[in-house]
Amino acid sequence: MSMSTAIPQPTIPHPVERENYLNKEYGVWSWLLTTDHKRIALLYLLSITFFFFIGGFFALLIRLELLTPAGDLVQADTYNKLFTMHGMVMVFFFLIPSIPAVLGNFLVPLMIGAKDLAFPRINLLSWYLYIIGGVMMLHCMLTGGVDTGWTFYAPFSTSFTNTKIVEAGLAIFVAGFSSILTGLNFVVTIHRMRAPGMTWSRLPLFIWAHYATSIIQLLGTPVIAVTIVLVAAERALHLGIFDPKLGGDPLLFQHLFWFYSHPAVYIMILPAMGVVTEIIACFSRKRIFGYSFVAFSSIAIAVFGFLVWAHHMFVAGISIYSALVFSFLSYAVALPSAIKVFNWTATLYKGSIHYDAPMLYAFGFLGLFTIGGLTGLFLSALGINVHVTDTYFVVAHFHYIMVGGAVMGYLGGMHFWWPKISGRLYPEGWARLAALIVFIGFNLTFFPQFLLGYMGMPRRYYDYSHMPEFQVLNVLSTAGATVLGVGYLLPMIYFLWSMRYGKPASDNPWNAAGLEWKTASPPPTFNFDEEPVVTWEAYNYEQLDAPHKEEVPVAR
Amino acid sequence: MPDNFAAGFSEDAHSESHNPALLHHFAEPQQQRDAASLGMWVFLATEVMFFGGLFCAYLIYRRWYFGDFAAASKSINMGLGATNTAVLICSSLTVVLAVWAAQTARRTLLLISLAITMLLGLTFLGIKGIEYREKFVEHHVPGASFSFENEPIPGHPGQFANPRHAQLFFSLYFVMTGLHALHMIIGLGIFLWLFIMAWKGRFTPEWHTPVEIGGLYWHFVDIVWIYLFPLLYLIDRHP
Amino acid sequence: MSGHSKSSPLPTYFAVFIALLIGTALTVYAATLDLGRYNAAVALTIASIKATLVALFFMHVKGASEKLTKLVVVAALFFLFLLLGLTMTDYATRLWN
Repeated sequence: MSMSTAIPQPTIPHPVERENYLNKEYGVWSWLLTTDHKRIALLYLLSITFFFFIGGFFALLIRLELLTPAGDLVQADTYNKLFTMHGMVMVFFFLIPSIPAVLGNFLVPLMIGAKDLAFPRINLLSWYLYIIGGVMMLHCMLTGGVDTGWTFYAPFSTSFTNTKIVEAGLAIFVAGFSSILTGLNFVVTIHRMRAPGMTWSRLPLFIWAHYATSIIQLLGTPVIAVTIVLVAAERALHLGIFDPKLGGDPLLFQHLFWFYSHPAVYIMILPAMGVVTEIIACFSRKRIFGYSFVAFSSIAIAVFGFLVWAHHMFVAGISIYSALVFSFLSYAVALPSAIKVFNWTATLYKGSIHYDAPMLYAFGFLGLFTIGGLTGLFLSALGINVHVTDTYFVVAHFHYIMVGGAVMGYLGGMHFWWPKISGRLYPEGWARLAALIVFIGFNLTFFPQFLLGYMGMPRRYYDYSHMPEFQVLNVLSTAGATVLGVGYLLPMIYFLWSMRYGKPASDNPWNAAGLEWKTASPPPTFNFDEEPVVTWEAYNYEQLDAPHKEEVPVAR
Repeated sequence: MPDNFAAGFSEDAHSESHNPALLHHFAEPQQQRDAASLGMWVFLATEVMFFGGLFCAYLIYRRWYFGDFAAASKSINMGLGATNTAVLICSSLTVVLAVWAAQTARRTLLLISLAITMLLGLTFLGIKGIEYREKFVEHHVPGASFSFENEPIPGHPGQFANPRHAQLFFSLYFVMTGLHALHMIIGLGIFLWLFIMAWKGRFTPEWHTPVEIGGLYWHFVDIVWIYLFPLLYLIDRHP
Repeated sequence: MSGHSKSSPLPTYFAVFIALLIGTALTVYAATLDLGRYNAAVALTIASIKATLVALFFMHVKGASEKLTKLVVVAALFFLFLLLGLTMTDYATRLWN
């Protein structure tokens, strides 16, 4: 990971490279024992990218199998393992850590003007827990994997399957503690470590989003942790809690599982919303419209998100009265998200729009998150839910949010802050191309799945030969997945390329608002040369653009 | 909100009364103390939710199978359970005494309080071990050799508890008290470390944060038991 | 938690300690009485009073310098009750009609 200064750059006179967090120390141990939040962020970047490949590999196999109606690529049991491992790896080892552990870890102290997070050693511990969980999951996969679906419902997971539930469960348990500790670090940091003058109402909305995310990580993850303990106890010690033979209720498992796993989806999307907010403000050259609404809607999403979990159980056998309550609450949880969409749109209105790659990802997010969110409302309606549960409609819905929303937000954020993280500019042309490829590939992959699901194609089936007419849409979906894969590979290639050959970045290449842009790119180890004292409001783009009157003025 | 603003840069804080325990990214000891305290409270909130899942399972099955649960509850040793409750309450007292001793520079009292706390914790675990052994001998441990035949349902003469539902009670009993005991063991480890630090004279009235936050953890474990005791042991003790 | 306390907190600690022991004895005694469906309520009430005493006086929530500590406690309890309460909307109404 060393930033070499030996590459001659004849056209760009570069002074002796300043000491920054990348070149301060070299050697493997300086990275593996670091407590610098920025280095830990990069450790996470490498690890989650690795797991993204693994999850993506399983997705590839799934889509290959579904090219033909017959189950001819793998056996049924193998297919069960493929979609299970795809889900577990992508949810627990990629999506949940992604933005908070990479961008959050890197940026939270910078954005609030602190030297580091409140507990740097716990931050490093978080990463090691993630790695341990990841290694356990890898071992589980290599020695047979799990076939229950990522939701590992009882009693199949507790009494009937022979696959490695306990090991997978423990891997997720350990990774869950990584998540809890990250959330703990962020909450304490945001409360205790803000620079003088950085009041709550001056915080970037990225910080509000991560604060809300941390609440969910802290209060939701322990419940799935204890659920995993119960499943492990049932399998290993025969302490049956969910066993119908003992009078246990399998639905209790689902209640406890979804109490976390629904808020978990807000862990995945809230940080992306925070990223998108920063990007839209910067590339519209405008203060976010309705700052307080966006800030409080983040907290509202975190709280409301805990009220809706049983909408995953409408057809599982819960009482109809309970279903009505949860259906109503599921409509309510859409409100704060809708408020954000309105605010982003209002920010764009009469803004001075720039179409740099981060903004392209933000636009993609806006459209795809809206579609994903609206289809979530369809699913909240009991009548529709009965029809499309366990079909590809649901699969399409959550991929629109998790991939079209969260991953686009992650990529947009990586592009936006890449100059700060690496000190280099990525090639803008290639980046815009990649963004376009991702957008096209994404829609080609997942839009047909809405149609497939509505027409009745069940999820988790490796063989649809009883409905061969579904093949066309499946082929389109697989083709889209290939395009999407190319779109994902491109940034990996040019980001790496840029670390050696990219143009060195200035402190603030985007002329963006935010304390992180007031320090060098890449920042010094202790973030700022002098303690910042904040006297301005967030998103002060008017001020930032004022000296450059010859440029397009910020429209009002 | 009256949070600390200092972000750890000012050189003055370092030159003033530089406590060797002050970490570099904090501006002053008070900020570090407040961060540690908030961190422990937030962690305890996660622990509330961790045990909460088990209380949720317990609540549901107790409602469904009240008679069977009452019969099973009657078969666990209330005397030992009540004794353990008293033991933990005493240990909470010794913990607050330890914190007070650290605040007022009473090294001997601090060491004695920490030691007695650990002793009481070990007593708790010992009594728990006796209880578990009792259950093992009576075949009340869920699994292949579980047996709960012909146990009358309290208050319903002639009716006998359903052994399968009773097994649910015992599953919850072992998981809940087992998890609690695990937290006690961790607490013992923490207090051993505190004892060693206190022995080396590391704690002063200005800085004794680990004692305070270790104390918070211990009190939380006590509070969990305060709820476990009546819920598990006292469902129906009518003579 | 600061160096200078007005008077010794020890009397309070010992008073709470005695109260906790009394509470324990009370809850055991109450369990032997036949209060029908109120046995559970009594037991939980006594337990909650004991827990509150520990939190307020032993964990120094009372007299905590910040509202934030109390907010964290309230938030934890709120989400716990959410878990218990909303789950009960299913279990309590399954057999209706």
